[in-house]
Amino acid sequence: MAEHSEHIVSPKIYGIVLAALLVGTYITVQAAKIDLGRWNIVLALTIAVTKMTLVILFFMHGKYSARRTKLIIASGFFWLAIMLVLTLADYTTRHAEPSRSQLVTPALNTPV
Amino acid sequence: MHRTGELYGQFQTLEQQKESATLGMWVFLITEILFFGGLFMAYTVNRHAFPTAFGISGNMLSLRLGFGNTIVLIASSFTMAMSVWCAQTSRKKMVPIWLLLTLALGSVFLGIKVVEYKQKFDHHLIPGYHFDITYCANNPANCHLSGKDLDDERKEIKEGIEAEAEEAKKRGSVTPEEDGLIALNAHAQLYFSLYFGMTGLHALHMIIGAGLLLWLIYEGFKGRFDANYNTPVENIGLYWHFVDIVWIFLFPLLYLINRHLA
Repeated sequence: MAEHSEHIVSPKIYGIVLAALLVGTYITVQAAKIDLGRWNIVLALTIAVTKMTLVILFFMHGKYSARRTKLIIASGFFWLAIMLVLTLADYTTRHAEPSRSQLVTPALNTPV
Repeated sequence: MHRTGELYGQFQTLEQQKESATLGMWVFLITEILFFGGLFMAYTVNRHAFPTAFGISGNMLSLRLGFGNTIVLIASSFTMAMSVWCAQTSRKKMVPIWLLLTLALGSVFLGIKVVEYKQKFDHHLIPGYHFDITYCANNPANCHLSGKDLDDERKEIKEGIEAEAEEAKKRGSVTPEEDGLIALNAHAQLYFSLYFGMTGLHALHMIIGAGLLLWLIYEGFKGRFDANYNTPVENIGLYWHFVDIVWIFLFPLLYLINRHLA
């Protein structure tokens, strides 16, 4: 039986990642108790994305995967981004400032 | 067919065979990302539309239980990763031990989730006829609510009803106070529908994962997984970590936004 050439991640790295994830969880809870206005959600999501990246790179061996696998992983998030960005682009601009034509015909401006 | 890791005819090398298995698992996980992504999308759009009701509802969740569950699930990802490492380095006896720990932590997670669901049931927060966002504010003894927490919740709900009443007035309501309460309850039910939908689907994934772990543990005790053959451990590990990632996003989004500020 030929030897696998797979990369084996050491328990030490797993331990460090575990510690980082726990610290991240603690920080995200503490940060939620401070009023940062709209930056609260930005900070919470930044920490969540960082934690996710750690899990994918090390626990899921993403860092040591074949390039083809990496491309597949990235494509998943790319498609997710298309859904999120295009949908939000619609929803966040629906009730934007009325255009000139709507100002003269208020009926068009009534939310349905 | 009893798989042991020998090379199949359609592959040229073992490395290629292994890579194909990993690739296939990731393709499946990507469909899962988009599956959960749709729910996150629905949540974002509704949160954007009804920030007041969503803020109040989010504060009704138990931060202590949610935080505890996050720790438990992250720990279970670590034990899962350790079982993969034991398989890769042919520590055959340790593989099922780490898997058992993973299963135990996963069960603790589900147990805490049951406690949380029961609490929401007691607090009249299950969407439907008996849903009442003001229940705890009006019956604090039934919710073990007192002191500052109670004052905060009453203040929040009062402000929430006022905000919804303003909106109702704009729509031409002649009884804005009543309509404000109705609207707050309606929008809070949207939050809790999403809460139960998202955490329920996540819990379903955990239950499926627990079933897969049982099988891995059974096979692991027979000593099947070693450096030559560990694809099931690795791929179910990928699935388990994915479920962990979903929770990494569910926790801040459901529990933490607009928390009672100190």
